[in-house]
Amino acid sequence: MASIEERVHQIIEKELGVNPEQITPEASFIEDLGADSLDTVELVMAFEEEFGMEISDEDAEKLTTVQGVVDYLKANAE
Amino acid sequence: MDPKISVHITGTGRAVPDRILTNQDLEKMVDTTDEWITTRSGIKRRHIIGPGQSNSDFVAQACRNALAMAQVDAADVDFLLVGTITGDLIFPSTACLVQEKIGARNAAAWDLSAACSGWLYGVKTATALLKTGMGKRALVVGSEMLSTITDWTDRSTCVLFGDGSGATLLEAREDSPGGVLATYARTDGGLAELLHIPKGGSRYPVTPEVLAERSNKVQMKGNEVFKHAVRNMESAAREVLAQAGLGTGDVTLLIPHQANIRIIKAIASRLEIEMDRVYVNLQEYGNTSAASIPIALDEARRAGRVREGDRVLMAAFGGGLTWGAALVQF
Repeated sequence: MASIEERVHQIIEKELGVNPEQITPEASFIEDLGADSLDTVELVMAFEEEFGMEISDEDAEKLTTVQGVVDYLKANAE
Repeated sequence: MDPKISVHITGTGRAVPDRILTNQDLEKMVDTTDEWITTRSGIKRRHIIGPGQSNSDFVAQACRNALAMAQVDAADVDFLLVGTITGDLIFPSTACLVQEKIGARNAAAWDLSAACSGWLYGVKTATALLKTGMGKRALVVGSEMLSTITDWTDRSTCVLFGDGSGATLLEAREDSPGGVLATYARTDGGLAELLHIPKGGSRYPVTPEVLAERSNKVQMKGNEVFKHAVRNMESAAREVLAQAGLGTGDVTLLIPHQANIRIIKAIASRLEIEMDRVYVNLQEYGNTSAASIPIALDEARRAGRVREGDRVLMAAFGGGLTWGAALVQF
């Protein structure tokens, strides 16, 4: 099984159509990876489906960077 | 249910107001831009009802167009169902007013409240009625004058909505293949507050405070609605395909509720249906709620994009939450 980091990176690559080298830990989805507000909703949906969990809108709003998502999933995903 | 009876969509019609509101017009009304609206929704223009016009006027015209296509007299219609949440009056129903306007004197007429899924719920209801043999013909309409319940100071919602009417004539036939192959409808009242009008009904009647805070207008939690819309329309589409024993490759045209191009693209991608098999007209009308699918179906039929034998998959989603799908072979 791939690590949480690897799975997160793959989803970001596919959903936002960015190159792997752009996906640095501190990269912001909106500022650095060209996402708009609906792209971030689709990203959260993809994380929910990949990790079989629900991410509340309140939590989702705080998930603005690659590292933020990885940390959140490490703490909350089974 | 009589297994020999199948239900066919034999006529379609639409009617929309002439008055147009463009993204450039909206730039002057709220803090927004054409670029923002276009990339977030795909909408460029919407049609807006004018002074002296009413929902029932447009429904009546859409019904006349559908009856003319099918060459059926209004007096031969048994049921008239209007899916709407923006009726002319609190009562009687818009369907009653339309019954008089088009001369459907032998029809039982009523409104059906399922927000954006109103037409789809109507198709499910009418198909079941016609299959029992209780009648031969039903006009099923989705019609909405959303501009009348839009908060024109809320830039997150007011750019999305438009007005219009779409009508379909459903006819029962014996020993005729095709028609409505499958329908599916579901509800989740636990999520009512994601998309609703909080006040102005009998629980919280209109007061000066309600008017001042505009809580008698549509409110939507956009991100949450987006997620449910994508997932529920996808699952409803899969459900009707499974009922009919068909796959997405058997679908000639997908007509999803026209709310947002991003939702439509997400559904098409999940169903693995290429965008050239997806009908999109929201750039011209915005989200017309219950009217969006029948308006699109009428455009598609008149443009020759739906021919005899074609299978059309339609999926709806709206406040309630309500959602559903129908698979129809023409």
